[in-house]
Amino acid sequence: MTMRSPLSRVRGLGSAHSGTEHFLTQRMTAIANVPLVLFFVYLLVTLAGRSHAAVSATLSNSTTAIFLLAAILSVVIHMRIGMQIIIEDYVHHDGLKMSLMMANTFFSIAIGLCAGFAILKLNFGL
Amino acid sequence: MAEIRTRNPRPLSPHLQVYRLTMTMAMSILHRITGAALYFGTILFVWWLFAAATSRGFEALNSFFDTWFGQLMLFGYSWALIHHMLGGIRHLVWDTGRGLGPAEREFSAWATMVGSISLTVMVWILGLTLRG
Repeated sequence: MTMRSPLSRVRGLGSAHSGTEHFLTQRMTAIANVPLVLFFVYLLVTLAGRSHAAVSATLSNSTTAIFLLAAILSVVIHMRIGMQIIIEDYVHHDGLKMSLMMANTFFSIAIGLCAGFAILKLNFGL
Repeated sequence: MAEIRTRNPRPLSPHLQVYRLTMTMAMSILHRITGAALYFGTILFVWWLFAAATSRGFEALNSFFDTWFGQLMLFGYSWALIHHMLGGIRHLVWDTGRGLGPAEREFSAWATMVGSISLTVMVWILGLTLRG
């Protein structure tokens, strides 16, 4: 028999006080993604099917590279939170949920690093 | 996370299949599907960037994008980006407390669907014209 009220027992087991930050970060990256993704769509339709020389020439432009790096950073943060919400909604087994959350973080970081590396390589030509 | 375990599984709230499909519901589902598709679509983007950076396999990737399946994939990719973006803007409007009325949300649901398809078609027409 516990003397603690149900409210005090449930406190600290809930959101761990981090939910608001995720909510705000998701909105902030969403706003940043609007111009950045529009720029990416522009690159996609103008570069699809073009020769290697044409594509690498466009991607080695400093402005293009900085915009793409910004897009990758914002997209990777946004997609990690988005996938975390999907996992939380559908996966209820604790172990599997934690594994998928970890895989989600690893995947997002790997995508960010690989894309960033490729863009830097195109620009510095190492 | 707190988890309450009971011996008898408690009834869960009814899921998607018991409801009549509405436009707002369809857009909600599509927003999540396009989001998840774009998540895995980043693999394609990184693949393409690496091929451009190392020039290995670039021509092979290009000839794949030249097939009807490759073209459909690129078109679908750009549509998913635009649809998820319009859906996101709709959410940002809702975050200010506006546009939540029955008529408004129905209108923005249709605007998202019609807008994403027509914008994607326009963007490709424009892009292919600019390229000549």
